[in-house]
Amino acid sequence: MKKHIARNYLEATARQRIKDFLDPDSFREICPPTEGFSSPHLHYFAIPLAFDDGVVIGEGLLGGFSVALVAQEGRFMGGAIGEVHSAKIVGLLRRCLKTRPQAMIFLFDSGGVRLQEANAGEIGVAEIIRGILDVRAAGIPVFGVIGGSCGAFGGAGIISGCCDVLVVSEEGRIGVSGPEVIETNMGVEVFDARDRALVWRTYGGKNRFLQSQVQELVENSVAEFRAAVLRRLPCSSDYSLEALELEQQELARRAARFAGSRDAIEVWRKLGFTDAEQIPSLTAGELKKLREAK
Amino acid sequence: MEHLEYDFKEAGGETTAVQAYVLTGVVASGNLEVLMQPENLEGGCRFVIDTAANGFAESWQAVLADFMARCRPANLLVSINDHAASPAVVSLRLDQAYESLTEK
Repeated sequence: MKKHIARNYLEATARQRIKDFLDPDSFREICPPTEGFSSPHLHYFAIPLAFDDGVVIGEGLLGGFSVALVAQEGRFMGGAIGEVHSAKIVGLLRRCLKTRPQAMIFLFDSGGVRLQEANAGEIGVAEIIRGILDVRAAGIPVFGVIGGSCGAFGGAGIISGCCDVLVVSEEGRIGVSGPEVIETNMGVEVFDARDRALVWRTYGGKNRFLQSQVQELVENSVAEFRAAVLRRLPCSSDYSLEALELEQQELARRAARFAGSRDAIEVWRKLGFTDAEQIPSLTAGELKKLREAK
Repeated sequence: MEHLEYDFKEAGGETTAVQAYVLTGVVASGNLEVLMQPENLEGGCRFVIDTAANGFAESWQAVLADFMARCRPANLLVSINDHAASPAVVSLRLDQAYESLTEK
């Protein structure tokens, strides 16, 4: 009998995450590694392939709810989105329209488009966005889970913005341009990419949670991510024009309210947190309580 | 990149797989992925390797021979994508894959 150890989400591989995230033995992989859907481009660059091109797709159960699931492997090329990688995800999204699962769950762990196959990857990102919007339009909620070391950046960050619900840990960062990109373009005095505390204050789950860009903040464990998604099931996707217009208004309000802020701590103060400097040292639970008290 | 293939004859043991295949490890720097699946190879084992580190055919031969002697597997097809893992890491991954494939 093997001992069950609470799984650290950040350190787990995509396959380990799936194992503890879904109901035991319920996952059925589509295009498994034995079928060899690998990248047709990487050999030109003398880069080793992965049998699954860095993404696991399939179907399973979450607390008895039928779900379709994507899990990116951040350790393989930073979870970057290439041609086969994106084709697998798009195929699963299109399949959802026929199989109609009760939720579609996307475990992000990606720095964005894979530079070695950038054109195919960019098209892939566009197709994934279209696929997610089609799934939402069909009334199936799309959950994004972000807690891997690559977070969701570049194209993956944009895709995450298309989900109904985002569940994030403090470690899970969300952004479009990464810290180095901003430092290179704007100068080190604007953003010091080597200042890790600054990077996490800006992109990390807590800041995204406090600004209502994500709906759930959890500690770094697979079980917590699972419980957070379960708390929100069953639900349907609100993809009405009214909902989108409300969201747009909220975004405009946010842009105006926080314009000119130099640091996330300034943003948190504007949100009414007087002890904003203490926020990075709080647990997810403590921060949620503090926010609820507001 | 270098492509290597090794065939080993029957090692005197038996392999009872409890899964159709297992995949362990990830293709990341200093790491590798091992895809292990039962296949009728007249008692022998075949290893098919794509590695980013050129010129280590002898090391692979030695590490695989060690694995054959240690676990005495039979009728296995082992496919490996390697990103320059050290011999110790390769051994560990092979053992991990074999344990997952055979242990209930």
